[in-house]
Amino acid sequence: MKIEKIADNLVLKNGTIIDPYLGKTYEGDVWIKNGKIAGVGNINIPNDSTIINCSGKTITHGFCDIHVHFREPGREDKESLQTGSRAAMAGGFTRVCVMPNTNPPLDTPESINFIIKKAEKCPIHIHPIGAVTKTQGGNDLTEMGLMHQEGAVAFSDDGLPIQDGAMMRIALEYSTLMDLPIINHAEDECLRAEGVMHEGKISTHLGLQGNPDLAESAMVHRDLELAEFTGARLHVPHVSSEKAVHHIRKMKINNEKVTAEVTPHHLFFNDEALRCFNTNLKVAPPIRTEKDRKALIEGVLDGTLDCIATDHAPHTIEDKETTFDLASFGMIGLESCFGAVKKVLVDEEGMTLESLIKLLTVNPRNIMGFDSDLFGEGIEAELIVVDSDQEWTFSREHVQSRSINSPFYNKGLSGKVIHTISCGFITNN
Amino acid sequence: MMLQHKHLLGLEGYPAEDIQTIIDTAFKFREVLDRPIKKVPSLQGVTIVNLFFENSTRTRISFELAQKRLSADTVNFSASSSSLKKGESFKDTAQNIEAMKIDAVVMRHPTPGAPKLLTEFIDAVVINAGDGTHEHPTQAILDMMSLHEKFGKLKGLKIGIVGDISHSRVALSNIYGLLIMGAEVTLCGPPNLIPPFIKELGVEVSTQIDEVIEWADALNVLRIQRERMGLGLVPSTREYRAMFGLTQERLDTHKKEIVIMHPGPMNRGVEIDGTVADGDQAIILDQVLNGVASRMAILYLLCGGKSSEGDES
Amino acid sequence: MSHKILMDAGSVGRSVTRLSHEILERNDNADEIVLIGIHNRGVPLAGRIQAKIKNISGVELSLGSLDITFHRDDYRERLVIPQVQGTDISFSLEGKIVVLVDDVLYTGRTIRAAMDELNSFGRAAKVQLAVLVDRGHRELPIKADYVGKNIPTHEGEHVKVTLIETDEIDGVYLIRSQES
Repeated sequence: MKIEKIADNLVLKNGTIIDPYLGKTYEGDVWIKNGKIAGVGNINIPNDSTIINCSGKTITHGFCDIHVHFREPGREDKESLQTGSRAAMAGGFTRVCVMPNTNPPLDTPESINFIIKKAEKCPIHIHPIGAVTKTQGGNDLTEMGLMHQEGAVAFSDDGLPIQDGAMMRIALEYSTLMDLPIINHAEDECLRAEGVMHEGKISTHLGLQGNPDLAESAMVHRDLELAEFTGARLHVPHVSSEKAVHHIRKMKINNEKVTAEVTPHHLFFNDEALRCFNTNLKVAPPIRTEKDRKALIEGVLDGTLDCIATDHAPHTIEDKETTFDLASFGMIGLESCFGAVKKVLVDEEGMTLESLIKLLTVNPRNIMGFDSDLFGEGIEAELIVVDSDQEWTFSREHVQSRSINSPFYNKGLSGKVIHTISCGFITNN
Repeated sequence: MMLQHKHLLGLEGYPAEDIQTIIDTAFKFREVLDRPIKKVPSLQGVTIVNLFFENSTRTRISFELAQKRLSADTVNFSASSSSLKKGESFKDTAQNIEAMKIDAVVMRHPTPGAPKLLTEFIDAVVINAGDGTHEHPTQAILDMMSLHEKFGKLKGLKIGIVGDISHSRVALSNIYGLLIMGAEVTLCGPPNLIPPFIKELGVEVSTQIDEVIEWADALNVLRIQRERMGLGLVPSTREYRAMFGLTQERLDTHKKEIVIMHPGPMNRGVEIDGTVADGDQAIILDQVLNGVASRMAILYLLCGGKSSEGDES
Repeated sequence: MSHKILMDAGSVGRSVTRLSHEILERNDNADEIVLIGIHNRGVPLAGRIQAKIKNISGVELSLGSLDITFHRDDYRERLVIPQVQGTDISFSLEGKIVVLVDDVLYTGRTIRAAMDELNSFGRAAKVQLAVLVDRGHRELPIKADYVGKNIPTHEGEHVKVTLIETDEIDGVYLIRSQES
């Protein structure tokens, strides 16, 4: 994948423009001058422009992923902000939020500042999420106010649940000071125990320790009630079970401060895929039954689940090429995301392309308070060109991450990002 | 005759005719074990590694005897638990073995799926001697051979499996094997030691040992595995014995012909009384001898021909 | 393929009778003789010889059967593992005169495997071999002590023995595969 500086005058010509902010779809051109939007629709193209022919393609907002792991500082052998940026652009993402479970974790204003400074050199927008508790230990609140001032956009101990209910309450209460969401990785440690995959028929067949769905739904329910009680903003990450979707749907009726996300792999796979002990499908929370997968799709279609987030989790070959119990949890996901969710939600479930794009653009941006009017004049260009009909097979050559742990190899995907424009750069995917 | 799969990783989905072939061949090897000189040259020049990542005396000895009676060359590798902790050794160990050009590996490992992972690193035949709480196919085969010896058939037999089902690879492999061969299986044990979704495999479940004794033609009594439990899932051994133990008193009240099996090692006085284990209805020692014979059959059928580029599953 | 009949039922019967007499004649002490038939057709043949000898001398010889599958010398070369019938020798061979019985003697490899296997049952005083047909083409230094009929064969020819016990009628046939 090539990344180049964007031409002074770049015109994306004859594309189908999908504007998820205004909710409009129309044919037209987009003129980007010195990296900023200069004209959209029917425009007079300047003579010295570089023209990209977008006929048959879609031009839309760059995707925003509010849940990725870029492993810097500490595990740059898995991923760095730079390599993660490449992976993001390969998948059409121009803006991401990085989780704080690094080494050391992002639990001080200084570490938040570290990310902000490093991100300035990256070709996409990277926002740090701060830890809720110091060292993610679950005991002492971090200096959320100062971290917010340095640029933290939300707080999470992701990777680990906030097991103690009293601590979760305090975190939610304190977060109202900044009006930022708390993102809790909801898996009750006691119920989850040593589980490595969803507890069900398949785990019984395989003799693997199971992690039941109620480990997730019980804690999600607790968090939802605490959110209502405290009036704080709660964002539920990587929802994986029918039961959790059910709780969220109910509580959202009276509480618009609750949001939720779902990953592409939870929408694409069910636990039958784990019959071969494939460690690339070992993930937390686990991939569950077909019934759960269908419930997640239902949750996306009816708005219970607000956005898609990949939970991009790079791991080294040694972390994954081992026995199932010792393999690390997680998979990369930025490069395969659009092709996977477009196939499931649009091709198989009949969602419109416009609605899908909202899940990847305005919805996550709204949750984090990022600007969404990306076709507005003078706005720094953060756009992608997509061939939404292209059928392709995911392979190693599509991976830009430093790690290669993906279960999507040799899977047929639908819809491919051709160009990603962000921070004055453009990719050729 | 040739088995359809190159490896023996488990009995799930295993062809019934191949299980029958193994059992029939095992009976032929029983005869060899009755000779004054208990040796056949069938696996001469074949090198087999016993790769045991988990402690086991009886299974390893049983395999070693089987290998030696077939004139194979055997090598034992016992990995210490510390080399297991990070797991790096697994792939390296596997590739080292492959580099030494061995023909077959008999592996025991504490993690489900480890033998399958091994087949991805090496070309040799892999035989699963127990992978954590997943399968122990050779145990189930010797159990089925022993039942076949006693009843002349497997189809239609009623088998009860009693004990800590949720941590038992012996139970799971027996369930797969017995159902494939047309037997009926009922599981019995403390409710918190029976996996919630186990009925989906096609078995019945009961917590009442006396009902199961009434129903069954044979009982396979599992050891209460203290080292796997960690959380103290059974209140006490006396409680377990009272509620599920195969005591002499309990058997006497039932007054019926029932075959008693146990994979060993036994906790005498806990899941089974010493007098029951030593009594006429128990075939535990036959199981041990059948263990050697059936492992000879498995090794012979998997390693005794030209190595083919066939089915790798 | 062409079939030529070499021995009919009557010939087979007469050969069995002659072999039985020869075995008794060659060995002084009938009580020490044991008959071991080699699967498949050596087994019923050994049974017939046992019956004939009882008829002639009143002595019932011990009878056993031998499956040489596990002792074959070609076990690593075959893709398909042969069906195992099983060995049944329920007495010691220590000090005995073992007469191996088979239907056709050809390369000699079956007999080599049989002698190898006999070792597992004790050390025989003597081992002798009785066959219904010797078709030549030995690959090992093996010879039969008692032969029903010598049938020289060429490459592409095959000798087939049928017996009432296994195939409904007694007979020996020469089968020549058609030249293409």
